[in-house]
Amino acid sequence: MDLIRKSYYIFQKDIKAEWRTKEMINSVLIFAFLVVVIISFAFNPARGTTQDIFPGVIWVAFIFAGILGLNRSFSTEKINDCLLGLMLCPVDRTAIYFGKVLANTFFMFAIELVSLPVFLILFNYSFTVRLLLLIPLLLLCSLGFIAIGTFLSALTANTRSSDVLLPLVLFPVLVPLLIASVEATRTVLTGDGLLAAAPWLLLIIAFNLLSLALSFLLFDYLLEV
Amino acid sequence: MSLKKELSYPAWYNIFSWLTYIISAAVIYMVIIWVPRDVRLGDVQRIFYFHVASAWVAFFAFFIVFATSILYLKTRSRSLDRIAFSSAEVGVVFTTIVLITGPIWAKSSWNVWWNWDVRLTTTLILWFIYLAYLMVRGTALEEEKKRVLSAVFGIVGFLNVPLVFMSIRWWWSIHPTVVDSGGFHMGPNMFRTLMASLLTFTLLYVFFLVRGIYLRLAAEKLEELKDLIRE
Repeated sequence: MDLIRKSYYIFQKDIKAEWRTKEMINSVLIFAFLVVVIISFAFNPARGTTQDIFPGVIWVAFIFAGILGLNRSFSTEKINDCLLGLMLCPVDRTAIYFGKVLANTFFMFAIELVSLPVFLILFNYSFTVRLLLLIPLLLLCSLGFIAIGTFLSALTANTRSSDVLLPLVLFPVLVPLLIASVEATRTVLTGDGLLAAAPWLLLIIAFNLLSLALSFLLFDYLLEV
Repeated sequence: MSLKKELSYPAWYNIFSWLTYIISAAVIYMVIIWVPRDVRLGDVQRIFYFHVASAWVAFFAFFIVFATSILYLKTRSRSLDRIAFSSAEVGVVFTTIVLITGPIWAKSSWNVWWNWDVRLTTTLILWFIYLAYLMVRGTALEEEKKRVLSAVFGIVGFLNVPLVFMSIRWWWSIHPTVVDSGGFHMGPNMFRTLMASLLTFTLLYVFFLVRGIYLRLAAEKLEELKDLIRE
């Protein structure tokens, strides 16, 4: 319980810091739009392939945008030695991790909720009730992405070339999650229902649990002085 | 002079190196001349002996990275860290060999360079994971910190591989299969050659691993000497 409460404080701190500057959330949101627009130019949306590539397009956009946000998650803490301050807080190091995961998931989910309707409009989807199923799916996938992403962002934040290193380190590890997210999204969009996506959902859940457990075990090592 | 002694290979390694040279030569003879030509695939099938053996060494090397990374975090022994680094380097080289020989084989037997089959794709992702590992190794950081970070990534990367494998298998199974990745019938001499090749590549792995470890050791000593001069 204590861990949850302390993680919540870190979460509040991150939200407050972001709310005051709105530095990250604005740029990431615009970036997500841009990726989708660029992909529309690359694959002519007038052709019939749109339905095929749409699940992939939104996940490419979310993941590229998410990486931008994750890069800032720990590197902003480097300014004024804030990270040292965080580490000196009388909390467990894993509370810092879980707090950051909560905050980053919150940001990412907010960005997805705002941009998804726009993507659906741009790709001419009609809004039906079954699209509501996408919302829990987005949350689940984002949690997995953020869980491993925050962890590796803490890992690369130590290095000088962290913004280049994070995607290099994160993308190969994300492969299972990306495949599962795209396929599950496709299943929901084609209206086959969640049952058809069950193996993918299981894979996503397994990925999330593994990421959270590994991060929980290993996060202490990343913040060693 | 003690430094020179510390940095020179132990006696067993010299004997071991010669043994590796001789056995490698013998296996090259076996693969290229001794083993019968595959009836269906022709001479190109001979690449199989290098391909499979490299794949084995690569996976083994990455397992060693994983195991030594865990042990490093527990014991903080620098020699374990050197093994992990060196093993990752050797593993990446052999994965590269797998990824080069694979398409050559595939083009002649399936008539495509590449398909997104489970084994191929997993190997490719594996290659990316350990390239990233070497990138973490290559960044400018304090040595101690770098060792810990690489050990952590060595563990995370390896544990991710089963998930990569599973996800790609399901993903591939829902897409239409263009080519059949079926094997071929292996005669007894082919089997013997494959076994000899596996053994040789394992010896080669140890050969390169020890070289890498001593290279690390020399680099560390050099850093120490440089620090000494600066003081």
